[in-house]
Amino acid sequence: MIPFDYQRAQTPAAAAAAVAAHPRAAFLGGGTNLVDRMKLGVATPELLVDITHLDLDRIEELPDGTVRIGANVRNSDLAAHPLIRHRYPALSQALLSGASGQLRNTATTGGNLLQRTRCVYFQDTTTPCNKREPGSGCSALEGYTRYHALLGASEHCVATHPSDMAVAMSALDAVVTVQSPHGRRRIPLAELHRLPGDHPEHDTVLDHGDLITAVELPPSAMAARSRYRKVRDRASYAFALVSAAVALDLDGDHISDLRIALGGLAHKPWRALRAEEELRGGPATQEHFRAAAQAELAAARPLKGNAFKTDLARTTLASTLSDLAAPGPRHEEQR
Amino acid sequence: MHADITLAVDGEEHALRVDTRTTLLDALREHLGATAPKKGCDHGQCGACTVLLDGRRALACLILAVAGDSCQVTTAAGLADGDTLHPLQQAFIDHDGFQCGYCTPGQLCSAAGMLQEAAQGWPSAATTDLTAPPVLDDTEIRERMSGNLCRCGAYPGIVAAISTAAPHTGVPEGSR
Repeated sequence: MIPFDYQRAQTPAAAAAAVAAHPRAAFLGGGTNLVDRMKLGVATPELLVDITHLDLDRIEELPDGTVRIGANVRNSDLAAHPLIRHRYPALSQALLSGASGQLRNTATTGGNLLQRTRCVYFQDTTTPCNKREPGSGCSALEGYTRYHALLGASEHCVATHPSDMAVAMSALDAVVTVQSPHGRRRIPLAELHRLPGDHPEHDTVLDHGDLITAVELPPSAMAARSRYRKVRDRASYAFALVSAAVALDLDGDHISDLRIALGGLAHKPWRALRAEEELRGGPATQEHFRAAAQAELAAARPLKGNAFKTDLARTTLASTLSDLAAPGPRHEEQR
Repeated sequence: MHADITLAVDGEEHALRVDTRTTLLDALREHLGATAPKKGCDHGQCGACTVLLDGRRALACLILAVAGDSCQVTTAAGLADGDTLHPLQQAFIDHDGFQCGYCTPGQLCSAAGMLQEAAQGWPSAATTDLTAPPVLDDTEIRERMSGNLCRCGAYPGIVAAISTAAPHTGVPEGSR
């Protein structure tokens, strides 16, 4: 680690201003990813602005039914909160499927969104990586790609976004509120992260000094019938090979509305708009689920080490849809 | 670049000056001689450094000491009441919950924190009904302890120890 200064911010605006004023400054939340990257030499901030003492740690319901989650709410507290467990079960499931109990107790909502890829080359400063060092090349293209992207990648970067939480939030139409040095703004979560294109060094559309202050979940009847399914190499404590967050609104045996986001497949949580379109208004049958999954994955561009994920993504999505549509205890409970 | 901080470790207050780069784990071990938390991977992957930070289990290797200023830290050494072992410590001995012992302090702190979480009704990835209180069976214990690795493979003993100690740690009956 290189030497750095440390300060505690007093207000969100002051935190944003402090980071914006120093090109090598970074916000410090729980630090579970940032401190690790500093140890690896991947992140080299000269100033850490600690935001964990700001008043951003509440989960509250707004008058219109929106649930606002402060950026400092710890992952474990969010997963266990009754509002989330009852109204947005996919989000609880996604959080609980990520990391370990110790890490969830420390990691924050804002930090989870802004964690960086675990691509082995990004994390290894002895290898070329366009995300870490623009223009140096992508080692993964001819390397280890089991955890890499099938969808939306570029010739410059095939990394995936590692968050489970963000995948569920994307399917739940979440909105991110941001404090910048110049004011506040709102960004739909689905537009927060970007595809790598020619600039894989930018994970999100945020500017230096933009501070995420909250995530808002709009009221949604559909969200109560939502699920997150994660497929991984170990039963616990592993990143997703493939994951699916699905919310479903059924009218009899027809799908009146739905949301799908896929994880482990792209540089951002992948909203499966194509599959949603195929299914919206149609019958909730296995055949349709499989066809929609097929249509979504038609654009897959597998690499040598991750070709198996195309089939895995198709079957994971189709089975999550059919689990959610099937009458069962969960289904009965919600009537 | 240095900072003056205070830490309460196992009930004892300490004032110390640390380089901002010092992790809480290094502050405990190298500055204060509190060597119960162990350095395994130093990257948040093994759980050997687990302590209770303001009562919640956390990884001391990924927390900067300066960010932990004014916190209360409980290490595995602080779980015991003088010479009387904590029920989890006694159960680990009774059930062969370790072999080399290197991961054990982290396992103990993690288990203590985990039992509190379960007592508060927190679900886990192994909980099938998110709306009901969790029942702490072996599957739940394994999932909730997945952040603590044991290279000796003492997992069956660890699960048995935690399962046996749970009723004696103040965890209410309904959450077991």
